[in-house]
Parts: sequence; C-alpha cells; structure tokens
Amino acid sequence: MTSRSHLRFLLNSEEVTLSDVRPDATLLDFLRLDRALKGTKEGCAEGDCGACTVLVGRLAGDRLVYEGVNACIRFTGSLDGCHVVTIEHLRGSDGGLHPVQQAMVDFHGSQCGFCTPGFVMSLYALWMREPNPSDATIEKALQGNLCRCTGYEAILRAARAISSYGEAKRDPLVAERAVVIERLKAMHDGARVEICAANSRLVVPSSLDDLAAVLEAEPNARIVAGSTDVGLWVTKHFRDISPVVFIGGLGELRQVSEADGAITIGAGVSYTDAYAALATRIPALRPLLDRIGGDQVRNMGTIGGNVANGSPIGDTPPPLIALGASVTLRRGATRRTIALEDFFIDYGKQDRAPGEFVEAIHVPVPDAGTLFAVHKITKRRDEDITAVLGAFHLTITDGTVSSVRIAYGGMAATPKRAKSVEAALAGKPWTMETIEAAMATYAQDFQPISDMRASADYRMMTAKNLLMRVFLESSGETATVSRHEAA
Amino acid sequence: MNKHAQPDLTAAAIKGGVATDQRHDSAAKHVTGTAVYIDDIAEPAGTLHGCLGLSTIAHGAVTSIDLDAVRGAPGVVAVLTGHDVPGVNDISPTGRHDEPVLATEKVEFFGQPLFAVIAETREAARRACKLAKIEYDALPFVTDIGELDATSGKMVAPPLTLKRGDAAKAIASAPRRIKGQMRVGGQDHFYLEGHIALAIPGEDDDVTLHSSTQHPSEVQHMVAHALGVASHAVTVEVRRMGGGFGGKETQSNQFAAIAAIAAKKLKRPVKIRPDRDDDMIATGKRHDFLIDYEIGFDEDGKIRGVDYTYAARCGFSSDLSGPVTDRALFHCDNAYFYPAVHAQSAPLYTNTVSNTAFRGFGGPQGMMGAERVIDEIAFALAKDPLEVRKANFYGTADRNVTPYHQSVEDNIVHRIVADLEASCDYQRRREEIAAFNAKSRIVKRGLALTPVKFGISFTATHFNQAGALVHVYTDGSVHLNHGGTEMGQGLYVKVAQVVAEEFQIDIANVKITATTTGKVPNTSATAASSGTDLNGMAAQDAARQIKDRLCDFASDKYGLPKDQIVFLPNRVRIGNQEIPFADLVKQAYMARIQLSAAGFYKTPKIHWDRDKGEGRPFYYFAYGASCSEVSIDTLTGEYVVERTDILHETGRSLNRIIDLGQIEGGFVQGMGWLTTEELVWDDKGRLRTHAPSTYKIPLASDRPKIFNVTLADWPEANEPTVHRSKAVGEPPFMLAMSVFHALSDAVASVGGHKVFPALDAPATPERVLMAVERVKAAR
Repeated sequence: MTSRSHLRFLLNSEEVTLSDVRPDATLLDFLRLDRALKGTKEGCAEGDCGACTVLVGRLAGDRLVYEGVNACIRFTGSLDGCHVVTIEHLRGSDGGLHPVQQAMVDFHGSQCGFCTPGFVMSLYALWMREPNPSDATIEKALQGNLCRCTGYEAILRAARAISSYGEAKRDPLVAERAVVIERLKAMHDGARVEICAANSRLVVPSSLDDLAAVLEAEPNARIVAGSTDVGLWVTKHFRDISPVVFIGGLGELRQVSEADGAITIGAGVSYTDAYAALATRIPALRPLLDRIGGDQVRNMGTIGGNVANGSPIGDTPPPLIALGASVTLRRGATRRTIALEDFFIDYGKQDRAPGEFVEAIHVPVPDAGTLFAVHKITKRRDEDITAVLGAFHLTITDGTVSSVRIAYGGMAATPKRAKSVEAALAGKPWTMETIEAAMATYAQDFQPISDMRASADYRMMTAKNLLMRVFLESSGETATVSRHEAA
Repeated sequence: MNKHAQPDLTAAAIKGGVATDQRHDSAAKHVTGTAVYIDDIAEPAGTLHGCLGLSTIAHGAVTSIDLDAVRGAPGVVAVLTGHDVPGVNDISPTGRHDEPVLATEKVEFFGQPLFAVIAETREAARRACKLAKIEYDALPFVTDIGELDATSGKMVAPPLTLKRGDAAKAIASAPRRIKGQMRVGGQDHFYLEGHIALAIPGEDDDVTLHSSTQHPSEVQHMVAHALGVASHAVTVEVRRMGGGFGGKETQSNQFAAIAAIAAKKLKRPVKIRPDRDDDMIATGKRHDFLIDYEIGFDEDGKIRGVDYTYAARCGFSSDLSGPVTDRALFHCDNAYFYPAVHAQSAPLYTNTVSNTAFRGFGGPQGMMGAERVIDEIAFALAKDPLEVRKANFYGTADRNVTPYHQSVEDNIVHRIVADLEASCDYQRRREEIAAFNAKSRIVKRGLALTPVKFGISFTATHFNQAGALVHVYTDGSVHLNHGGTEMGQGLYVKVAQVVAEEFQIDIANVKITATTTGKVPNTSATAASSGTDLNGMAAQDAARQIKDRLCDFASDKYGLPKDQIVFLPNRVRIGNQEIPFADLVKQAYMARIQLSAAGFYKTPKIHWDRDKGEGRPFYYFAYGASCSEVSIDTLTGEYVVERTDILHETGRSLNRIIDLGQIEGGFVQGMGWLTTEELVWDDKGRLRTHAPSTYKIPLASDRPKIFNVTLADWPEANEPTVHRSKAVGEPPFMLAMSVFHALSDAVASVGGHKVFPALDAPATPERVLMAVERVKAAR
C-alpha cells in the first residue's frame, strides 16, 4: 500500500499540491483566503444560497464530469485528483466575456451582483450539459441559487439566450477536456492520502478495501461522502470532525447496477448520479429527486449518506422503506444486509457498529401494476427541508388492497412505517370508506412535533391527506398542484 | 465601460443619456466576479477579525460575565464589552438612547450582542465566542404582540393617530358594519451580502470605515459618538452593497462602531463580518403587525368610515419603529378614499431584535389592512372585490383627501387599473376560474387584482435633501460623487445618466465613484425610494453650475450671447463653430474657471405636523396594479402562482430596463413576504428561522409561471422631478398583494365564496390549509 501525505488537484489552470490541510478546511476559505480568488462569495456558509458555487470536475471512468458544488461546505481534503473551476477561469474565445456572462449582462441578470458569480457558474454547468434547456430545466438548475434582487425573470431571459452567444462545444472546458483528463489521470496514482495537520487527520482511501482497512484500524473515524450535512457541523457548530475519511472519490462506491429486480446503489453515489437509474426505473421517484436540495447539493450529497445519517427528515429513507429496500453494511471483509427500516433504531441512533460502513443500498423495483407514490410537503416547493414526506407502495388486486407499505418522514424520531394505517388498509376494498377509516388510525402510528417547518397539526393533517391524494389520483383525479406538466 | 474612448463628435445623441436603457454600470464586473465588495478588499497587513458574542436568553439581568476562556483562546487579541466603549454606549438612530453598542447590565432579546472577540482570524474569533460563561437573572419576556394591549402596552416610540371626520359615528350609522383582525408577518432582508465593516485606524482620532451601509453619514455619526470623537475624524466609504432593502439603513451602525472601537484601541485594522446566522439573529427585520379594523359601508360597497389599530412588533428598542409605524398609517388608505377615518399606531416593545426599515417601511403592512377591509366588504356583499376596490378609489377632483389631510393631486389609479383589467382579461378569466372550480374537487384556483398607491418622500421632512460633487478634469472626463449608495438598484448609473445628459457627453466619460462622507457630507439614507429623486437632482445641480460657468466663459471669450453657446453631443456649438467638449474644458481651465461644483437639492412643497396629523408629507404618489392567478391544493395547502400581470408607472423613466428590474424584483420579494417567508420564535424567545435552510425566500421556480410586466408609457410626474421620472424602489413590492388575495380567493371558493377565509400573512401552505379547513367547517 503506497500512501502520500499531500493532496493534488487542479485549480483553474494551475496544479495545486497541499500537504497542510485540516479535514475541516473548506474549499471556499481556501479560494478566498489562501488564493485571494474573491469572485466566489460566501452568502450563507451552509450550502443553501449558491453564492459560492464553483465547478468541480472529476473523473468518472474515462469521462470528466463537471458539476456545480457549494464551495462553502466542500472540504478541501475531498478534492484529490479533481479540477476546481472558479468564476475567474471563465473566458470568452476572444478573451472577453464568456457567453454565459455576456448573456447575463445583456439581459440585465444582475442587480447587486453578489449572487451573480454563483448564478453564472450554475448556468455554465447547465449550458455545458444542456445547451438549449427548457424553462423547467433552467429552474431546476437554479434551485440552489438564491437571488434577492431580480425576481429571477431577467436571469431566466439570460439563461434562455446563452446558446445564441456561443457553442458549448467550443468552450475551453469542453475543448480542453482531453488534456485535463490526462492531467487528472496522472494525479490518480492509486495511493492512499493521509494528512496530519494541526492535531487533526484526514484520510482519502485508495480503494474500497482500503476504506474497510482504514475503518477497521480507526473504527470511530468520521466517514464523509458529500459533506452536505457534515459541512454544517463545521461551519455552524465548530464540531471537531477529525479523523475524517473522505469516500467521495472512491469509484467502487459510485456504482449503480441492477440485478434480480433490484437496483444497487453504492454508498458514494450522488443524487445526481442515481437520478438516471432511479427516475427511469421507478418514475414515481422523479418528482422527489427533483426537489431534494438544489443541483449543488444533489451533485455532492449521496443517498448512502442520507441513509447513514439517520435523520428523521431525510428524503430518501421513506420511499426506500416503502419499496422494501435493504442496506449492506461492511466491516473489514464482513458484510451483512438488513432491511432498511431496521437500520433506524431511534433519533440519532442507527444499527451501525464502530468500524462498519454503509456499502450499498438495494432498492427493489416495484412490479408493474403496483401503486407507488411519494409526496413531499415543504414550506417552499423547491430546495426546502421536508415537513412531511409520505411514501406509499400498494398492490390493488381486484379492487382490494393486497399488499401495502407506507412510510413517513418528518412524523417521528426516525423515518417510520405507518403500521396501523397499513393494517387498516390491508385486505380492504380500495374505496373512500377504507381510506377514511385508515385516516382515523394515524394517531396510533404518529405523534409529530411542532417546529419552524410545520405545526404538529399540519403535519398530521397533511400526512392523512396525502393518503387521500394517493387514493384520488389512483382513480385519475387531479389532487396535486404542479408548476410544470410532468415531463 | 470607463475606458477612455474617443467621443463621437458628430453623434446625433450621446450614449447613455436620460430615458435610455442602460445596463447596470457594474454588470460586467458582477458576472466576472471582479466587482469588489467589502470582504473582497485586500486586507491591510495586520488586519484582525471580530465576532460578536450574543445573549442566550430573551430578557434578564446580566449577573456575571466570565470571558477568561475567551481571552485565552488561540488567536484572541482582545475581548471588548460595553465598558470598553470610549464614547457613548448607544447607537439609537433617532437619539432615544435605547440601543447599546454592547449590552452591559441587561439583555432584552435572545441574540443581543454582549461582547466582541477580536482575533487574528475570523475563525479564531468565532470559535472563541462560544467559550463565554454568562449568567443571568431571567426576567419575564414577551415576543408576540398578540399578548399585548395596543393601547396600554409598553411602546418604544410615541404612537400616531390620524383622523378625518367622525369615524365612530360614520361606522355606527352605516348600513353595514364589520369588525376584524389580521396578522401580517415580518420579513428578513436576506441581502446576499451580509453585514460587514472594515475599520482602518489613522493618525490622531482618525478612522476610516468601509461599511456595508445605506447610510454612510449615520455610520459616521454613530462611530464618532461611540468613539467620543468629532465627526470629522471619521470617514465612511461604500462602493457597493450586495443588497440592502432597508436592512443596512441603521443596522450597519453596530458592526461599524465595534470595528472602529477595536481598531482604535488595538491600532490595527479590524474587520467584522458576522456569519449569516448571527446576521439574521442579531439584526432587525420588517415589523410584523396585528391589524384591528372596524368598517362601516353601504350596500354598494362604498366605505362610510373606518377605524384601524396597527400594532407592531418593534423589538426591544425604537430604531426606526416610530417612522415605520407612521408610514403604515400613511398607507392604511392605499388607493381608497375614506369619508371618515380614525387610525392609530401601536409601536410595541417586545423582547425580540429591534425591527427596522425594509422596502416599503411599514407601507406594505398599512396597505394590507386596506386591502383586507376591501375583501371583507366584497364578501359581505357577495361582490367581486375588484368592483369594491373601484367603488372606493380616490377621486381626482373630489373624494381625494387622505387621512393625513394631503390631497391626492396626481391620481392615475383609475386608468392603471382599467388598462390592466383589460390587458389581463380579468373578467373572462374570472368566469373561467369559476367554471374550473365548479369541476375540480381538490385543486382550486383564485384570482385577484390589487392596486398600489405609494407616497414618495421621507416623512421626516429634513431627510429630503441631498448633495453631490462633480469634477470636470482638463481632458473633459467627469468624476461624479453623491450621497446615495448603490445596493444593486441602479442608482449610480441613473445619476450618471443625468450628468451625462447635462453635459451632453457619453456616459463612458462619467466616472462613478464610491460614496464617501469625505466628499459629500450630511447625507440622508438611500431609502424611501428617494435615491434617484434626491441625488439625481443634486448631481444635476452640480453639473449645471459647471456648465453655466463654461457657458459664461465661452460667451466672454468668444464675445457671443449665451444663447449662442449650445451643448451638443460631445461638443459645444459656439456661434458658428463646434469644438469638442474637452477643448472647451481645457480653455476654461487655462482661463482659471472652477471646474468643480457641489450640488444640492431639497424637495419642495412638503411639510408634516405630526402632532396634528396633518400636512403634505409626500411630494407625489407612485402607482401600479397587479393581477395574479393561483392554484391551491386543498389537501395540503400547497400552491402555484400561475400568472401575474403587472402595470406599473415610473413617470418618464430615466432607464426603463433598470425600472423593470426593480418591478420584477420588488414583486417577487413582496411575494416571498406574503407566502413562504415565515419568522418563527420558540418558547425561549429564540428565532428559529435564522438561515436559508429554515427561512425560505422565493426561488426561480416560485416566480409566476406567466409573468407579464409592463411599464406604463404614458404617465409623467406631476411635479418637476428629475426629468419627470418617478421613484421605483419600494412601490412594486406591494404589487405582490395580488398573490395573497388570489390565494384567499382560491380558499374562499371551497365555501362557495360565502365564508370569509380570514387568511393571515405569510400565507404558507400551512396557513392556506388551515384556512381551507376553517372554511370547510363553517360552510
């Protein structure tokens, strides 16, 4: 096993080598304080406003993928072998403004200008992958960017026009991709990275087996994949997270495969990378996946992290539980696979032993003909944390409920099945009377709390009404408001 | 754009004059990340960083402060408390002496700054802050104005009463009467750039501050006050802010004062940039209101008399709560004539952060009361609310006196509303929506058209003045400075357009420079939508003085009457010859003509007697209207804004594209206020919505699906404002009321428009659902 005690990555055109990096050092501080790259702004330091959006290019097999991330909660230690692209790197073919920048200027997309570099970076990422986007696509790409001045209309006008200012394929990041791939490949030497700095330690394992070895040796190390949650432990709570094991770069954990009717999602698969498989094979998940965080968070955050973290308001556990998903935990060479619902024991407590890590999640694809629906209730439609999330998986045979699994988030201390409700539905005719009877049993399953997101009453009322929505929509009635027609 | 280009000496018109679409002067810098905000300024060597330690109870006496661990933390250079303030430990902007720089004996809200840590790095200061051990004797506290009495509760400023006629009698004798109450929530500014101050100590008492402030003069005065030095020792500069919206009118004072105190004490530059959470916890917001109303009206929906009480959550100190609650009363009429009116304010003391200015400055909350009353009447009479609105509009010749006895002389609301009603197809859509709702069980639609009439001027008459400083250099290039600040609204480019127009030179020759108290003194806040009206006129005055001198000089030199000297684009016609503007400037310099001038402007006609509640507080009114259509889900309260049409006027606009941005942006910000932006305090008096993860401003996907915004092309200002343009900063904010009323309309459809939804703001999905449930229960 080779190891090295420094990180290497590309920053714009320059190769950076760092040997003095704390595990909690953020990319934003590195850019602004160490490198005086002041174009990237701090708006919230929690990954919600997008003012700090930069692109991170990473190798995915032979491809180089550029994704917008929030530099404020991206740890520098997780960047080994990546290409960080900041607003300072954008240039037009003639050295003037880049097409994205020129469109933003010409369509008056900035007022105070503070959020603007972040918007430019998000639109840049969008333009490279989708040069002629629909409004719905633009809005999705901008879910993670807040603007308080423009009301967004001018930004949308600019976004629609970018391709009339230049072709994405002639953009330097596209045209120079082969060169950058070679430079990044040269950095991937198969070595483990271990850096000790200021009484702290970070490890970037070289492989999945190396990760298992690292955790066996250091069972209480903090496993960090996308850092969309752990980032805030640092920026808001100054928690000491050392020692940290960064797993986001492990290709073996970023695999999605399907076999025997189940999709297996590696623990390092981001929401973005899981999207193609999940949204295609389980279309009912698409509207939910479209509303988890913003693009930056979806590019960073992982379903594995969403599960391992054990939050009662994580968005993926309820639908995964309703689908009967299981999770594989690994310690050293030992693996065990348990039902996902059994993984969540209590608030802040999961069935994961020291040294053990979530390796993969297995999601059964629902049979054709079963009814599967997921509904998320939030104060603001997009980029908001769940108040209530209900996932419903039923089989109706000859008008009778022959199987049922229902799980909720936001209603208890863990993601939780609605067992009494399920019992009230099982074997009953799929009728309004049955639904109303089942709605009366919710109090046996849930005693939700009131907080800044919703009152207990609202949570209970909407939880019940979501069942009603599922019933009504199963008979073709419209019981949902939507901004865009289903794609 | 400031690169010195050779001017076109044959042009028919200059580039960048008034009434042309000019992009924001910093647009190219914004998109490239090269626009310098204060945190981007290269820090002077030795710069230290501050972090404020905040109280952890809502109300109590401080019994002990143990800061030893803080002092001993790595990187900490100093810890300051209120006792380290060398001058006066007070930053009350209205001189009421109720707002300490740092609290000492008592704390009055959860999150009140008690001490400041100054350290080698920002992170070290933030970490050290957490180590303080502070003990309190807790006292009872109140955060919610619903628990207070609007007449006998403790007030932070004297309440105001407006009255005209005998409202009680008019209500009592009216054929129909309604009494009710409405809650209107507050709002965090959520400027993307948080507060920041960088203080650089100078010699003697001097200190220079870079402060993210809308009011450099006030920061200057407060810093001088806190340091105990003369104002001339303090210079405050700001090139641009990353958004302000009123949140940087007075709230910058605290950070600037502490940075300055530390910088002078430690003889090193000190920067304070609070974390977003601290910014949201420790700085004031829009006031939430509880509005009580009683109305008397007739069967046609015409109002006979109204009585309002506007109680506001002001927080622990007065700040600007007096003028804010005054302005709420000034807008309790919106666009409606009240034959008899009694309205009183109640600026209530609460144990919450001291609320402050926010776009509209109480006006939006005032108008929400007026529109609520209209809705109530419409419901009672089963009329379309638009019909009731029209029935009560101010007249032009009669029925035009406001509750504060100013006559509305420029009323164009009838045409604005009629034009919008036609262009947005209101009546047809009203029918379509009724048909849709009859068929759709769960999803319901709603529609509303609401007007805006907003008074322009600071109601404190003396603030309605401005200064500017213009230099013409010998190459013909111009340096422009004025007292207004740039927070994204496009003030700088508009004023530059005015100066370019005056000299008839391309705008590229006008250099826009950072606002600083060293160039233009005693300025007013860039607030009350007045930035362009005041500073544009002051800059025009300065330019005219120089132009007059040039004219006199040319007339003398060439022996021609002054009317033979004509400023043409980039050149001057002197008799039969034309010479470049720069040549005339050079000649004037050689002849020792002063090429610099200080300009000044004060708004004419206005006066206000607060004790009597009478006067002309506003120079003019700005008008607009909007129509919104929404869909709601009656199972969850979720909604979508399907379409909004806006018709707004800004007089003869200086720059329509900038104005359009203000209208679109103001509307969406207003929509956030009335829909998803909810401030929640818990039972400890702690604000729980102090970050974008919990406080939800609109996203791109929240703006109306169809969003048609039109600037009326026919109005011009009634008064001789700068090129007959009108203010645009605040008025569009209130166009968002149509969204709120459309939501209410959709909720009402659940009960066949027979049960009043009594929707409160913000209309979160939860409030919409609860209103649906109320209507269902009562139908």
